[in-house]
Amino acid sequence: MSSKSLARTFIVDVEDRPGTLNRVVSLFRRRNYNIDSLSVGRTERPGVSRITLRVRADDGVAQRIEANLYKLVNVLKVQDLTNAPSVVRELAFIKVSVSHERRGEVLRLCDLFRARVVDLHSSALTVEITGTEDKVHRLIEVLRPFGILESLRTGAVAMVRGSLSEESSDEVAA
Amino acid sequence: MQQGQTSAETKQPLRSHALSSAKRTGAQLIWEALVREGIDTVFGYPGGAIMPAYDALPAYPIRHVLVRHEQGAAHMADGYARASGKVGVAVATSGPGATNLVTGIATAMMDSSPIVCITGQVSSASIGSDAFQETDITGVTLPITKHNYLVTCAEDIAPTLRDAFAIARSGRPGPVLVDVTKDAQQATVEPVWNLPARHVRNNPGDRPLRMTDLDQAIELINSAERPVILAGQGILKSESSRLLLEFAEKTGIPVACTLLGLGGFPATHPLSLGMMGMHGEAWVNSSIQEADLLIALGMRFDDRVTGKLATFAMKAKKIHVEIDPSEINKNVKVDVALISDLRSALERMLPRVKPRDRQAWHQRIDALKGDSAVRDILALPDNGRLFAAQVVNDLWRITEGKAVVVSDVGQHQMWEAQYYKHDHPRGLITSGGLGTMGFALPAAIGARFARPATEIWVIVGDGGFQMTACELSTCAQEGIKINIAIINNGYLGMVRQWQEFFYSGRYVATPLKNPDFVKLAEAHGLVGFRVRSRSEVEQVVARARQTPGTVLIDFRVEQEDSVYPMVPANADLHDMIRRPRPLIESADEL
Repeated sequence: MSSKSLARTFIVDVEDRPGTLNRVVSLFRRRNYNIDSLSVGRTERPGVSRITLRVRADDGVAQRIEANLYKLVNVLKVQDLTNAPSVVRELAFIKVSVSHERRGEVLRLCDLFRARVVDLHSSALTVEITGTEDKVHRLIEVLRPFGILESLRTGAVAMVRGSLSEESSDEVAA
Repeated sequence: MQQGQTSAETKQPLRSHALSSAKRTGAQLIWEALVREGIDTVFGYPGGAIMPAYDALPAYPIRHVLVRHEQGAAHMADGYARASGKVGVAVATSGPGATNLVTGIATAMMDSSPIVCITGQVSSASIGSDAFQETDITGVTLPITKHNYLVTCAEDIAPTLRDAFAIARSGRPGPVLVDVTKDAQQATVEPVWNLPARHVRNNPGDRPLRMTDLDQAIELINSAERPVILAGQGILKSESSRLLLEFAEKTGIPVACTLLGLGGFPATHPLSLGMMGMHGEAWVNSSIQEADLLIALGMRFDDRVTGKLATFAMKAKKIHVEIDPSEINKNVKVDVALISDLRSALERMLPRVKPRDRQAWHQRIDALKGDSAVRDILALPDNGRLFAAQVVNDLWRITEGKAVVVSDVGQHQMWEAQYYKHDHPRGLITSGGLGTMGFALPAAIGARFARPATEIWVIVGDGGFQMTACELSTCAQEGIKINIAIINNGYLGMVRQWQEFFYSGRYVATPLKNPDFVKLAEAHGLVGFRVRSRSEVEQVVARARQTPGTVLIDFRVEQEDSVYPMVPANADLHDMIRRPRPLIESADEL
């Protein structure tokens, strides 16, 4: 069993009831597991929400995170996607300080990353990017020299590839 | 879960007047739901937000025990649960009533005790307004309950309570809190009893065992030369002490118990090693350190059991049979994990484990006992002084080991564990994980209602007794008989011992100026005795047992005696402080 601390992705299906998110987050606080990112939203099933959690943990801790999550009554299903074929994306807004003269340069870079401009001002523009954590990180680094006024990231959302769940996994990434 | 349905179905029909009208108030539904769960006793304290429920209580066949502090109610429910295996129930009002339960709930959580706490809450329209006696008790108790609920409408009361009981008793048991707003208690609804359970699902421990894991475990057990069974409270919770006995006798494997596991294996059995851990006997800890296989059954490798993890049982392979998957590899890495209800795991293993000649290992363990008997304080001739260990040993002899002993926390708790030889499951009730001083007296009151015919002894220190001594009034008002042995050394003894060993003997804030406990008993209309020497113990205990009603004995014991052996916190398990020889420094002078 490896004891390497990896960035791990869990998806947690929970009952959509008041206080459920609090219970999940409280578990991580209490057991001293630090959450890197968390996002939560409704799913196709009424009354079921999905939480995507990113956390650094070694194999042993990851197993106990899963086991502890299952102890929460409102938790329906937990999947550790770390080693499963999965699509993981996050969305970020980046507001860049840019003069009229250099705007074209910024737009070209955004184009390369398939990022969209969602707001434009005489001295700044805001781009929206969707992608893996790494892709978002790289765009931010590329834009940094221009002067980032503000940036924010939603945290990852994730889904297992294939037609069913973890098992079927041969499909090529879209 | 199935248990829950059974107990509901086999219950006596309700009194007709409680069923006469179809509609019910939420308050009535609370009690009716409890009756359907088989509850006949609750421990509680009324107040504004729970008054509608109390007003409805007299119509139901439930005995209400009026406590003197809500902490006592939670401990009583806990003691009731541990003595019987059933779910205990505590009732309190909102705000301070609810927060006073917290210590008792945390105690039950740490020791996996099934209790349901019902609290009143301010009306739903006032929630969040900082109303009088409003506390967010579901928020407060979130990390110390298995689950909790806020119920704001009467329709939800019955299904929520049914789920609460099922959660409390299923899988690894634990406390559940149900917070019911005052308007939900007052509203009138048509009750619905047959809705499907919402929050009850298979526990991970209910999954079938993986055959490969089972095969591996059997292989390890059958090939081990120096195996030790570590028996925890899971033996009691799963009611598998009979199976453990068969398992140990068939394989010849010696059994060490955790504090909470005591009684799960007969202490007087030749294969019984005794208690392991910080105050375990020296040979028990040494056997664990020399073992080549540990079979951990329903225990969780608490730090008080393992000592320093890095040097714990380094030569041993480890098998962990445990119902809660989150306990696997938490403290000690194991070679084989069987995630299962202990009873079914033992049933599966028993036919496949093989008898084996273990004489060499048994002889080695005997050799490890070394001079332990000589170092035992019981070996000290009667010199007129009274040692706590002697009191406990005498109590064990006089009660023939058949009493339910409820101990508190501290030195006396360890002496109880060492010298009262528990041969029967549920014969010891004590706060292990949380170490809650003040637990014993109220827990014993709870045990009294669970086991009306059993002799009950509280063994408690002078410090812990005073934390919940107000419950003497409860004993008097309810007219119940329990026997209270105060091991009175005038100190917070365990802290004093640590100060002596690790803080250069500076006794900061540990000496106690105590009230006259005999007079305190008498002030409650109860009988009190005082014992100062060993020769008086037998006679006074005999009188206490014959006296009707609750009796208190103030045992004035040696003030600065210590619990031996002791593994200092985070030291190697075999690195024990032994009782010095001669047994007490001053013994020779006397």
